Amino acid sequence: MAFAAFASSAQAVDAAPRKSSKVALVLLAPGLAYLALFFLTPLIALILTSLQAPALYGDMGEFVYAFRWENYVSVVNEYGDTFLRSFGYALIATVAALLVSYPIAYFIGVWARKWPVVQAVALILVIAPFFISFLLRTLAWKQIFSDDSWTMETLKALSILGPDAHFTGTPFAVIFGLTYNFIPFMTLPIYTTLERLDTRYLEASGDLYARPSTTFFKVTLPLSMPGIVSGTLLTFIPASGDYINASGDFLGGPGTQMVGNAIQSNFLVILQYPAAAALSIMLMAVILVIVAIYVKRSGTEDLI
Amino acid sequence: MTERDMPKDPRVQALIKHAMSSKVTRRTLLASAGAGAVVAGLAACAPGASATITPAADTSAADKTLRWANWPLYIDVDDAGAYPTLVAFEAQSGITVDYQEAISSNEEFYAVVKDQLELGQDIGYDLMTLTDYFAARMVRRGVAQPIDMAAMPNVAANLSPGLANITYDPGRMYSIPWQSGLTGLGWNNADFPGGMTSVEELWDPLLKGKITLLNAWTDTIGLIMQSQGVNIDGDWGQDQFDAALEVVSKQVADGQVRAFTGNNYSEEFASGNITAAMVWSGDLFIMNTEAQSDKYGFAVPEKGGYLWSDNFMIPMGSAHKANAEELINYYYDPAVAAQVAAYVNYITPVVGAQEEMMKIDPALAANPLIFPDAATLARSHAFRQLTPEEDSAYSIAFEKAKVA
Repeated sequence: MAFAAFASSAQAVDAAPRKSSKVALVLLAPGLAYLALFFLTPLIALILTSLQAPALYGDMGEFVYAFRWENYVSVVNEYGDTFLRSFGYALIATVAALLVSYPIAYFIGVWARKWPVVQAVALILVIAPFFISFLLRTLAWKQIFSDDSWTMETLKALSILGPDAHFTGTPFAVIFGLTYNFIPFMTLPIYTTLERLDTRYLEASGDLYARPSTTFFKVTLPLSMPGIVSGTLLTFIPASGDYINASGDFLGGPGTQMVGNAIQSNFLVILQYPAAAALSIMLMAVILVIVAIYVKRSGTEDLI
Repeated sequence: MTERDMPKDPRVQALIKHAMSSKVTRRTLLASAGAGAVVAGLAACAPGASATITPAADTSAADKTLRWANWPLYIDVDDAGAYPTLVAFEAQSGITVDYQEAISSNEEFYAVVKDQLELGQDIGYDLMTLTDYFAARMVRRGVAQPIDMAAMPNVAANLSPGLANITYDPGRMYSIPWQSGLTGLGWNNADFPGGMTSVEELWDPLLKGKITLLNAWTDTIGLIMQSQGVNIDGDWGQDQFDAALEVVSKQVADGQVRAFTGNNYSEEFASGNITAAMVWSGDLFIMNTEAQSDKYGFAVPEKGGYLWSDNFMIPMGSAHKANAEELINYYYDPAVAAQVAAYVNYITPVVGAQEEMMKIDPALAANPLIFPDAATLARSHAFRQLTPEEDSAYSIAFEKAKVA
């Protein structure tokens, strides 16, 4: 179970008091009420919607409560490849973000320890993009890579791209956008674990004649696993449900539809609420399964 | 009872629908009662099939306000960002108008206001400007208030005869045109010095990934069907629709289509992402004004353009019907209509506006985009009335064809 893995990876918590006290229940009540109202109720409503059937003689967007589980079958048949594409894009973006973020996090968390000012400035640079809406930043990339931009002209002049190539509207652009948008979510958790890395371990490893690469793979990487796991989760989960980057108005095109776009169009354009709800539930379920397997495999319970 | 047995009168249809839906609801409620009170409560408070609703009481006499939802760049604007015709209207009528550029897509606007609209509640607007195929849906579903033509002498006198009757709203009981326009072909003159005359030119392999089509199925399919020789205002059906949709699917699969857009094709043109597209007539004019040159060209295809209108409609839940009618009447004054048309460059539905335009700008009065010639209008058509099943099936099929 994913949540069990999360719990055991956290710092050791005092064992729960054996006696159940009324006070504890009262203190829990607001939290539970909040969860019931804002998590459970919408979830139940979503499940009920996903099972609705079209109303008899109904107009577009009119549905009645039913138990039409076939909705799920048709959604899987129709959007199976969209699901694969979403998870494929999210996976590539997660790996790319990890490859970019790890050196950044290592630089800030380990190398720059001696210069707190450098550390602070670098951290601000990582967080700074959050001060601008990510919609604007994504649109800016669309401009930067538009067909007449000097970026594209340069890439074409260097023969990196063919003369008729374009960047926006391609899967590559969508994955680029996803990677870019989630880099801070990857960098910060890795930074927090690396910042606590005891460098004496690295010295010990060197004293035992380990090559730097061995030290990295046997000491540094395992010690930073908790940060990598939370970073990849924080990237992969929202990236698989993202619908901005892949939308035709931003970096995507007709060939890059992700599940989020399918949900958006079913919900807002063609008013197929049951299909949209079924897609959302499927997305949630598949992510839960993937994350559960991942967390189990990555063995975070053995770390920290 | 099959669908063919349904009576033609929309009011009776609504009653039957109501009866059918309440039957289903009762069964559903019984079923969900077993699943727990929470579930039943949810089922009850979620919106179900629409019942017949009635107009809200009109408080216009006491409450001189009006909230109008319109599209971006769809009214005259001065350098200070004010709307001169609207300011004049406020001064003249004493009505305060809250003008919102709230609609950038019929579909998304409708999706947002749908639940309140169908329950006859206030949707936050007293007046909305919806395109034909959505106006038709409003009329069909009985969510628009009847408009009183007697309260609008300018409309009665100046509404263009060609628009006085429309299939979905005979006699214009619920909808009054705000602007009309043509869907046609737009291109960058640098790439097409000779211009374009047919939709097929968009499928030229040299333009791979350099064209956009329009988001609304009526625009895109309307042009393609006509390029295939179908009279969209006449007798056509599933086969003709499928043939046109096939073209869209093929071009999407081939990577020919860069994107499906609304007004934002202007940005795609400006950044060089596309060189040709399906566009709306007025936009190209504004794009040329912004580029300060005749950079872009527009034409209605030889085989036919798609003629549409955006229509004033008053939702059932609005309590300011008389105020709304006063505003509609004001905009049907030819001088005011000319002032708006001079800015938005769409086709004005107001007779006499061309003469008024002569006084403002003779060049604009001769502009074929604002005052199309008889030949252009003769080859521009609107869709025949669609059944609810067609409306729904075609929207869904097109939405699915838009992705590879």
